[in-house]
Amino acid sequence: MKMYKKPFSMHVDLDAFIPATEQEKEYMVQMRPPSTFFRDGVKRLWKNKVAVVSFFIIVFMVLSCIIIPLVWPYGYDQMLGMNKGKVDPTYSNLAPFEYGETELERIENGEKVFPHIFGTDSHGRDYLIRVVYGMRVSLMVGFFASIIVLVIGMLVGSISGYIGGKVDLIIMRIVDIIYSLPDMLMVILLASVLKLVLGEALEGTILEKIGSNIISLFIVFGLLYWVSMSRLIRGQILSLREQEYVLSAKASGAKSGWIIRKHLVPNCISVIIISTALQIPSAIFTESYLSFLGLGVNAPMPSLGSLASDALNGFTSYPYRLVIPAVVISLIVLSLNLFGDGLRDAFDPKLNT
Amino acid sequence: MSSKTLLYIGKRILLAILTVWVVITVTFFVMHAVPGGPFLGEKALSVDAQRALEAKYGLDKEVHEQYATYLKDIVTKFDFGPSLKQRGREVIDIIADGMKTSAKLGLIAAGIALVTGIVLGAVAALRRNKLIDRVIMVITTAFVSMPSFIMGSLLLLIFAVKLQWLPANGATAGGLILPIITLALYPTAYITRLTRSSMLDVLGQDYIRTAKAKGVSKFKIIFGHALKNSLIPVITYFGPMLAYIVTGSLVVEKIFAVPGIGRTFVSSITDRDYPVIMGTTIILATLIVIMNLVGDILYKVVDPRITLE
Repeated sequence: MKMYKKPFSMHVDLDAFIPATEQEKEYMVQMRPPSTFFRDGVKRLWKNKVAVVSFFIIVFMVLSCIIIPLVWPYGYDQMLGMNKGKVDPTYSNLAPFEYGETELERIENGEKVFPHIFGTDSHGRDYLIRVVYGMRVSLMVGFFASIIVLVIGMLVGSISGYIGGKVDLIIMRIVDIIYSLPDMLMVILLASVLKLVLGEALEGTILEKIGSNIISLFIVFGLLYWVSMSRLIRGQILSLREQEYVLSAKASGAKSGWIIRKHLVPNCISVIIISTALQIPSAIFTESYLSFLGLGVNAPMPSLGSLASDALNGFTSYPYRLVIPAVVISLIVLSLNLFGDGLRDAFDPKLNT
Repeated sequence: MSSKTLLYIGKRILLAILTVWVVITVTFFVMHAVPGGPFLGEKALSVDAQRALEAKYGLDKEVHEQYATYLKDIVTKFDFGPSLKQRGREVIDIIADGMKTSAKLGLIAAGIALVTGIVLGAVAALRRNKLIDRVIMVITTAFVSMPSFIMGSLLLLIFAVKLQWLPANGATAGGLILPIITLALYPTAYITRLTRSSMLDVLGQDYIRTAKAKGVSKFKIIFGHALKNSLIPVITYFGPMLAYIVTGSLVVEKIFAVPGIGRTFVSSITDRDYPVIMGTTIILATLIVIMNLVGDILYKVVDPRITLE
């Protein structure tokens, strides 16, 4: 029954108020699959093309560091020309894809010889495997140094943040002083002495294999670089404790376990992971710098810095020996930095609001 | 200047002095951890000669006495003792010699970095998201992540060896050009990024809009308001820039064979000339700490809006 309706009448049109059908109700409900903070972050990260490309470069490098040394027929310290104590000079300073004398004989006899893709160095060592080992050293130093920095920084920072008061004051003054020390000079100083002191102390232990220089690098990192991490973590703890949502959770009767799990950890873990990730390239930077000055890894173990430094001597004739480690190290540092920046953009909750 | 500012400056100066003291102390004790002590070479000496040397360098005394003498000599006489390897030369003379070249190198590099960085940063900010901005950002990103020794080696390879435009040896007349460029690249890139972001921040401020609304000319807005205010963060970079130039000069002087303090330092490390290592570390560290201090204080004094901690 259609009722006549005056345009300005106050009569309510009852047709507009009939209950919705099931179909209409379904149409109104918007169901999306539930998302977590982590999944959101990954989604945002995936959209960042630069970070994704950097990520794949890093993965490629890590994989080649693991796989190539397993399958490569030459060792990083194997002097190919060395035969029964005699050195065959035809193996030294080979250009890419050239072969030594005995290798050429073997090829003529129909044998297959694995090519020296980057040639060999002045001691007749296959250069590609040396670059790969150098990459491995750089990545490992970067990774472990950041872990050391993270552990020490987290310990000191959380102690200082939780206890507060005088302990906090004293720790923060120490942090201030270490922070204002010129880090590189101190690193050089410590590295130059530690390698002497440790060299004797480590003799005969398992640690000797790693090399006194790398251990002294770790010690230096542990001594100097924890300060910014501990500052960060202390600041996080102090500010998170005072947040309104923590107060509101407390007011609604949340137990402290819940608050720690649902509020404190998720809010500070991303910041910590991001700054640890950004610590890796700077550690790699420092290691290569020290290796370049001759304070890095022990010979014959190569590192990208020492490869570049060695290449300086004969680089008018063999410029590629300088260019290869230079490109690799710039690529590592650049992609780690860009990936770290991407991580920060994707996971830092402060930036998203 | 308010009393609060003065208090802040006082605190910062105190911290700087404390830092320098820590540097001296750490250097001294680290060097004394070296087997045999810092003042003795590795060659086995006769007992008499060793005694004589120990007496000469005061090594027969207790460690804390030696430390007190070392500290006193530095503070009162600026005396770092004699060099171990370069017989008959004082450490301070060796450092002064190297400093002449290095200071020239560093100052020119810093000047170039400041001027180019500020200009490029301002251009990038004013042409935001245009092609020139993109190009500047890509290039500076690349330079920021390239270690100085890589940059130096590549420049040497390209300009001195392949093109032969510039001499490779830093001891010759035109030889300082490449080291200066190498040293300046990273700070230039950094200052460009710094200026760009702070300029963008300033350009969005209300007082810029007010000036525009009042009809102030574009030239005056850019130079009188925007650039002036966006340079304040650059001041804080003085200290880190000097630190970078000092550490960068170590490798740059090695690559280009520049007879400066950096090369002295590196060769003293390989020669294990401990008194020179100690002296150089202390002097360079003090320089960096002072520059940091100056940068921080200027930063607070120049901009009254900045609240003190």
